[in-house]
Amino acid sequence: MKTRKYLLPAAVAGVLAISLSACGGGGGGGGTQSGGGDAGANLEGRGPITYVTGKDNAAVQQPTVDRWNAAHPDQKVTLKEQTDKADQQHDDLVQHFQSKDPGYDLVTVDVVWTAEFAAKGWLQPLKDKMAVDTSALLPATVKAATYNNTLFAVPVHSDGGMLYYRKDLVPTPPKTWDEMMSMCSIAKTNKIGCYAGQFQKYEGLTVNAAEAINTFGGKIVDDAGKATVNSAEAKDGLGKLVEAYKAGNIPTEGITFQEEQGRQAFEDGKLLFLRNWPYVYNLAKTDGSSKVKDTFAVAPLPGKDGPGASSLGGHSAAVSVYSKYKATALDFAKFLTEDEQQKFFALKGSLAPVKANIYTDAEIVAKAPYMPTLLTSIQNAVPRPVTPFYPGVTKAIQDNAYSAMKGEKSVDQAIADMQAAIDAAK
Amino acid sequence: MSTEAPTPTSAKETLAGAHHMPGKESADRRQVTQGRWAYTLILPTLVLLGVVIVYPIVNAIIMSFQKDSGLDPATGFFTEGGFAGFDNYTHWLLQQCGSGPALGPCPPGTLGAQFWDAMSTTFFFTIVTVALETVLGFWMAVIMSRTFRGRALVRASVLVPWAIPTAVTAKLFFFMFAFEGIVNTLFGSQILWTGSEWPAKWAIIISDVWKTTPFMALLILAGLQLIPDEVYEAAKVDGATAWQRFTQITLPLVKPALMVAILFRTLDVLRMYDLPAIMTGGANNTTTLSILVVDQIRQGLNNASALSTITFIVIFLVAFIFVRFLGANAVDAATTGKK
Repeated sequence: MKTRKYLLPAAVAGVLAISLSACGGGGGGGGTQSGGGDAGANLEGRGPITYVTGKDNAAVQQPTVDRWNAAHPDQKVTLKEQTDKADQQHDDLVQHFQSKDPGYDLVTVDVVWTAEFAAKGWLQPLKDKMAVDTSALLPATVKAATYNNTLFAVPVHSDGGMLYYRKDLVPTPPKTWDEMMSMCSIAKTNKIGCYAGQFQKYEGLTVNAAEAINTFGGKIVDDAGKATVNSAEAKDGLGKLVEAYKAGNIPTEGITFQEEQGRQAFEDGKLLFLRNWPYVYNLAKTDGSSKVKDTFAVAPLPGKDGPGASSLGGHSAAVSVYSKYKATALDFAKFLTEDEQQKFFALKGSLAPVKANIYTDAEIVAKAPYMPTLLTSIQNAVPRPVTPFYPGVTKAIQDNAYSAMKGEKSVDQAIADMQAAIDAAK
Repeated sequence: MSTEAPTPTSAKETLAGAHHMPGKESADRRQVTQGRWAYTLILPTLVLLGVVIVYPIVNAIIMSFQKDSGLDPATGFFTEGGFAGFDNYTHWLLQQCGSGPALGPCPPGTLGAQFWDAMSTTFFFTIVTVALETVLGFWMAVIMSRTFRGRALVRASVLVPWAIPTAVTAKLFFFMFAFEGIVNTLFGSQILWTGSEWPAKWAIIISDVWKTTPFMALLILAGLQLIPDEVYEAAKVDGATAWQRFTQITLPLVKPALMVAILFRTLDVLRMYDLPAIMTGGANNTTTLSILVVDQIRQGLNNASALSTITFIVIFLVAFIFVRFLGANAVDAATTGKK
């Protein structure tokens, strides 16, 4: 009987332990690792490689790989698809890098992961023998792939925000933020919401808040990764969002919107202006439930006195330092940026190209009329902070921007806290 | 003599028999071999537990005393963190962010600043949901224990919410509590359920209660069914009212099962992750300790290990208090069940 008394605590401890070990074991003791493989080795290596990328929903990667393989039978590329969840792709890459897997030769990285992976020493610096000519690429995409003045990845796909607007209600789209706000009376007379973006507390809010701050001349971090957000310009930018929400120009429910809720509201005809990514265009044109099929158009994001500074999305291809065939991996990455592939990605997969000339290609514009607008957006785009501590920085931005929009603290306080929290994220 | 003689002899014999050395030795040997056998048989289990439980825990605890890798400003690359002492723990418990001369309180917008909020949110959820689930679960169990037509159907249908995966439940309630969702439409309200603090908390509590009350009801029902009908009949004969029968018979007799049910639910809610993670993403002060751990993993694994160790200790203490002072004992309840 005595032993029984201890059975339950022991059992409870066991159950708890399982849940704890699930937490502790998840990362597999990788935290202490640092420094990467040899960045000087295998630079000339040619042979079969694996190209790791997120789930190929648009079915554009395999045909591209096939085209390469037909031309390079001795340097075959194998495609490895991850899941379509960004967090899982990130963690999958981390695990393979930690185990120094030479089987992950060329990997697709989201623009906001580049600095983290580069600082861990997992990405091959693209300089000297591995140098890439980036003169034909859009500058913002190159900047997002650059850490510590060194290029660490080849931009492959880009993305930028655009302003969707109702051309039946607003014949000429607003050029500036203040102009857009003055048009909100039109929304009021039509009993619809005026403007929405992504204001729920998640990565989308970082994108939107960074756009507001950058548009009005603020800078979140400097080139060395130090917080520089505590400026009059940044307060001005965030203040615009806060004012718009307070005045009801951003509808009350706007604070719960992610991309999809905003798209839904816009397609239902309940919004005059919407900031969203290019993917909305085709859906709003073709969705059976869309009430704005023929009554919407796109424009560059409104700015201070010209186009606004979009946050940059997209992916780059990075060569692993653990790869045995770095020359092949780099050649394939360059191959992905060639006009033929970029055009194919844009036509078949609606993926935004990283080269300006593709956006104005007649065939592309005929199929996707928004492309020239998107080009303006990406030409004015500012990458989100390039820092190895991105998860902490994005949290600092989200939390404080959210509090400010909800009126829980003043804009000045929010920006000051943002500055302190970015500096503490180390 | 002849009549007396056998008695002492037999007594002596019995005594001698009891203390007979060879006999005791064989019994001991049997016990020893049996013990050895037992260990041999348990060994695979112990090894397995060691690999899947002890090793990760010890590893997590060791990691929690290591610094997270920091950036070398000269090269821009990460360097090993080294030994941290209790820094990772003081970071959470005493709200100390940064390192060296920059050490100071955690500014809003860092995970460290959220620790005590997350702790109180977790306990708030625990107390409120467990209380509601106990009352509602008891009520459902009493109904289910009665005999009536369609009882099997009621019992089966009550279990449906519990059988739905939590992530699906969370998504369902996320849509229902959307601004233009069914809840606001039905009540003609304009509440931002997932966009402001108290509505968000209540939305999560409602979802959790909806989902797990059946579990509570089932455990209590099992306890109710062990109470023999005769006890109630006897009480009725003695003229006890329905309330007296409930407080004097049902409650004390169902207590062991009830305590186990409450213990299970408490431990479950203390590590709640999926409902708030999906419904609010932890916004509006609905971040629980588990969500904080997962967020921290992305920002530094060693610090996350410290946080999960703290969480572990907290949950363990709660479980200990339950078992030690409130008499929730799953094993005893199981043995009474057998009788």
